[in-house]
Amino acid sequence: MPDLGLEVLFKGINMQRLLEGLWVSMRISLISVAISMVLGLLLGALMTRKNPVIKVLTRIYLEIVRVMPQMVLLFIAFFGATRVLGIDIDAEAASIFVFSFWGTAEMGDLVRSALISIPKHQYESGAALGLTERQVYYHIVIPQTVRRLIPNSINLITRMIKTTSLVMMIGVVEVLKVGQQIIEANRSSSPNAAFGIYLTVFVLYFIACWPISMLAKFLERKWN
Amino acid sequence: MSEVLINVDHIVKRYDNNTVLNDLSLQVHKGEVLVVVGPSGCGKSTLLRTMNGLEPIQDGQITYRDKKVDAKNKDITEIRQKVGMVFQSYELFPHMSILDNITLSPILVQKKERKEAEKEAEDLLRRVGLIDKKDAYPRQLSGGQKQRVAIVRALAMHPEVLLFDEVTAALDPEMVREVLDVILELAKQGSTMVIVTHEMNFAKAVADRVIFLDKGNIVEEGSPFDFFEDPKTERAKKFLQTFTFDKVDKGAGI
Amino acid sequence: MQEYLPLFTKAMWLTLRIGWMGILLSIVIGLVTALIRHFNVPVLKQITGIYIELFRNTPLLVQLFFMYYGLPRLGVSISAEACGVLGLALLGGAYMAEVFRSGLESIEPIQSESALSLGMNHAQVMRHIILPQAVSTSVPAFIANIIFLLKETSVFSAISLMDLMFTAKDLIGLYYKTIESLTLLVIFYLIILLPVSIIGSIIERRMRYAGFGA
Repeated sequence: MPDLGLEVLFKGINMQRLLEGLWVSMRISLISVAISMVLGLLLGALMTRKNPVIKVLTRIYLEIVRVMPQMVLLFIAFFGATRVLGIDIDAEAASIFVFSFWGTAEMGDLVRSALISIPKHQYESGAALGLTERQVYYHIVIPQTVRRLIPNSINLITRMIKTTSLVMMIGVVEVLKVGQQIIEANRSSSPNAAFGIYLTVFVLYFIACWPISMLAKFLERKWN
Repeated sequence: MSEVLINVDHIVKRYDNNTVLNDLSLQVHKGEVLVVVGPSGCGKSTLLRTMNGLEPIQDGQITYRDKKVDAKNKDITEIRQKVGMVFQSYELFPHMSILDNITLSPILVQKKERKEAEKEAEDLLRRVGLIDKKDAYPRQLSGGQKQRVAIVRALAMHPEVLLFDEVTAALDPEMVREVLDVILELAKQGSTMVIVTHEMNFAKAVADRVIFLDKGNIVEEGSPFDFFEDPKTERAKKFLQTFTFDKVDKGAGI
Repeated sequence: MQEYLPLFTKAMWLTLRIGWMGILLSIVIGLVTALIRHFNVPVLKQITGIYIELFRNTPLLVQLFFMYYGLPRLGVSISAEACGVLGLALLGGAYMAEVFRSGLESIEPIQSESALSLGMNHAQVMRHIILPQAVSTSVPAFIANIIFLLKETSVFSAISLMDLMFTAKDLIGLYYKTIESLTLLVIFYLIILLPVSIIGSIIERRMRYAGFGA
């Protein structure tokens, strides 16, 4: 059996440190998800408006998010703020800002396409039954929109979690960074720690994301 | 009677525990028009699909000119060239023009020259009045037009038998006629056909022989006149009654 | 700013080379995986299922760290560039597989049956009826995936590949050329991604107008 470098996990509080690192990633993603969901709902509703100015602006916003790597956005937010504007922004705050900026666009697009996917005759048949516009939305449109929306927004959560791995590149000490530190500290005693630790981080991310993906898949199958 | 083309011999078809066709036998003779009617869920579409080797059967066998119809057999593609099928939902190939829809199989399977296949396709399209649509795509056609193309597509293979699976069931009422006229025309030319339909008047006009199917088996069989005017079984009588309406007696209330 | 142009140009070529090689490979992996899953090949279907779940539910950065820093400890050394290509290909393959599979599944079985009833064999049905339709319904998701994978290349600097991010970070860290670096970074990523985005939109629109519909 080759030395997999897993023993380093059980030295001191190493495992606990890794889990704390994972929690930092989770915290960043969950806060960003929460902000994205709220703002995304508003953006999505806004995007169904016919106003040309709103159309152009949201189009540009979405296209920026579509083509710019999140890593570039992180660099702009972090280095741009600290170095250029001289604001001493915390790396974690910069991350949350960028992920919310990105997530809002994605969520907005999901909301928009869920809204326009409700066929017109659904509104009409609601109205034909004598429902008011508000009742049509409340009882017919929103329940159907939500069903289309939820699986995709759950997928957005896993994408958010996975993307938080990038924040180590601007200096946030999360699970990958903690892993690096542990490997460094045990370089002589556990030379193979790099294998064990990165494998563990890989597994941790999988454990965090996989159940959520399964839930999304399950709901999608159930509702479609 | 003339020679037997398709022999359905004591077949059993089950989905899980649900028996759809139960020990069913029938023969399709050369030149005859056999119409299969029956309530929905009676297994008539499944029967048609088994004759084309599209449904595996659990017991019995089906032969076309003494060749076993079985999707696992190598000669199934040759049998299917001889036994054409037209579906309720047309199933034209949406990514091909009308002409390509018709010529694809003659060129690909029967190795015909493109020119020859196209000329033949055009002749057939002319006969069903759709020659001006040859370069159109399926989505540009009405349901009735699509179904006429589907029939032409099957005819282009020169099949010996044609199977029609409720080919007018998905059509708007005003388009039913144009499709049935094509089938009536084929009947006049002596084509061998098995037709599953809900159009009772059409069945009466086109059939040489009618088979009434219920719960996976043949309940009654006879000439169209006998079956429609004087059904022998209770089940057939009940089935035919669902197509007639009594005059409303106003005042009787609900 | 001009003095840094050559550095960024060089970095862009690296990103493009690794990116597109990885993407091409991911298409091959995705296609093979999708066909295995579509045709229910025993054993391979289970293996590809695990592969897809593993790579769709972990970040590329972690996959790369494991491959580049972890595997050599067990004697498997892969060069940084090969790691980049392989990592992107494996990640992309898992996503492409899902795109192709749902494309294949979107074709109703009765379409194949109607082709079979015309005497075609299974290979002919696949080649002339299913694949052309599956490919065209997959186009939007396929393009979105290519854009996603090109964006993912931005993590390559973490395994010390001198890509655009690496170059930018270097200039910011060593010379405090923050504005110049960030500007060039954005411009160069636009050069990489805008054409794909624009061409993708054009193709999508064309497919929609040529739209099939039953």
